[in-house]
Amino acid sequence: MVESGRGMRHAFVVRLTHWVTFVCFVALLVSGVQLVISHPRFYWGETGNVLTPALFQLPIPSSRASVSTGYGYVLPDQNGWSRALHFQAAWLVVFTGLLYVGVGLWTRHFGRNLLPRAGEFRVGALWSTVASHLRLKPGGEDGGAESYNVLQRMAYLGVVFFLFPLMIWTGLAMSPSFVAGFPAVVEALGGHQSARTIHFFTTVTLVGFVAVHLVMVAVAGFGPRVKAMITGHSEPARRDP
Amino acid sequence: MSRISRRKWLVGGVSGVVGVAGVAAAGDAARRHGLMPPDAGLRFGTGAALTYAAQRTLTGESRAREFRREQISAKPFANPSQMKEEAYARSREKGFADWQLQVEGMVARPGAISLAELKEIPARSQITQLVCEEGWSYIAEWTGAPLAAVLEQAGALPDARYVVYYSMEKDWWDSIDMADALHPQTILAHGMNGGAMPAEFGGPLRMRVPRQLGYKSVKFINRLLVTDRIEKVGNGLGSSGPDYGYSWYAGI
Repeated sequence: MVESGRGMRHAFVVRLTHWVTFVCFVALLVSGVQLVISHPRFYWGETGNVLTPALFQLPIPSSRASVSTGYGYVLPDQNGWSRALHFQAAWLVVFTGLLYVGVGLWTRHFGRNLLPRAGEFRVGALWSTVASHLRLKPGGEDGGAESYNVLQRMAYLGVVFFLFPLMIWTGLAMSPSFVAGFPAVVEALGGHQSARTIHFFTTVTLVGFVAVHLVMVAVAGFGPRVKAMITGHSEPARRDP
Repeated sequence: MSRISRRKWLVGGVSGVVGVAGVAAAGDAARRHGLMPPDAGLRFGTGAALTYAAQRTLTGESRAREFRREQISAKPFANPSQMKEEAYARSREKGFADWQLQVEGMVARPGAISLAELKEIPARSQITQLVCEEGWSYIAEWTGAPLAAVLEQAGALPDARYVVYYSMEKDWWDSIDMADALHPQTILAHGMNGGAMPAEFGGPLRMRVPRQLGYKSVKFINRLLVTDRIEKVGNGLGSSGPDYGYSWYAGI
């Protein structure tokens, strides 16, 4: 079921968790944006509120009259359902992530498909991959239909093993109940407001990843790539006669 | 091809059935152990129920973080209250000398406690952070009567499961389970940063539940109701929060 033989591009678990994660990501992003709108100011350290200086403030209107934004209006409060949806999606994406990483370790998906291969870190090899991306021909010879290139591998590993864990960590660090039980979770980050600010920048990084990911999928052929992630089958690479 | 596909459907179907049965069994277990929040049936209530059960199990009787005196925020902030009750204005003119806390429900000695009587209960002072669901926060020192002491004085019955607390502000009420009600840091705060509780921060009496978000720390408290049937109280969802889309449990 999870063997990715020739013609089989993505294993079932990879495809399932990819799309569940996609749905969760959209839900988390939409609800997260709503939550930020209620207080578009960010701080560093333990505390911060409208009476203290901000590290920075996003130039957007707010859903709270207490935040001065320069806009002459206050947006409607959407935090109730946003919070509920945010945590519901967070739970689902955590279970999905555990399934993906668990099965990935079991089937050696990471070692086989995601860890950069020997030689890919040589300057010449890295440069040619970067250059092919800049020419918007990221797939190289076979159009990338058969395997991931080194930049893809590093990006995917970074998302799975750095950005998502950091997201969960900084999210839990903002929970007054969770940090009562595990204070080190927030103290290691420098305080409640630092956790919130890192949570925000991790979101920005993930959105950046998704944007580049979508551009690369489009360049490689949006239809066939999306089809491969749904059916698991890769169409044979187009060869010049 | 069709055989593989049939096997996949079978595996998928069996996992689906096992999954649904597992969720149902987990729900039953949570209900038996008192780990199901009163508003679990609402939209996205599954996530809220998971959070409540997980946090109660993982964090147990842990204490909210307490801070050093020099970490107290120079500029605490409170969302402006909508308090428009005439009774409040009248009581405020008298320096809240006539403020009373009604205690009723599953208690051996129901009745009213005056603010002066509340202040006679050995007070607890704690420097904790108030975190608003909007994202901002501040640290202050709160002083007040531990809710556990008030409940003991009133003779709360052992079968009680929730303490409901009402604000003098119209239609504003909330509740906590006994884990939070008997928690040493849950206090009926009548003092803040060394002085009396300012009106803008909920004076003369504010519930402080430091293991939950700020909206559980309801201002202008004048009534407690001890109950084991939260579904019979008000909207049946444990607080007025769900009327505005906010979950009953606010540990995250």
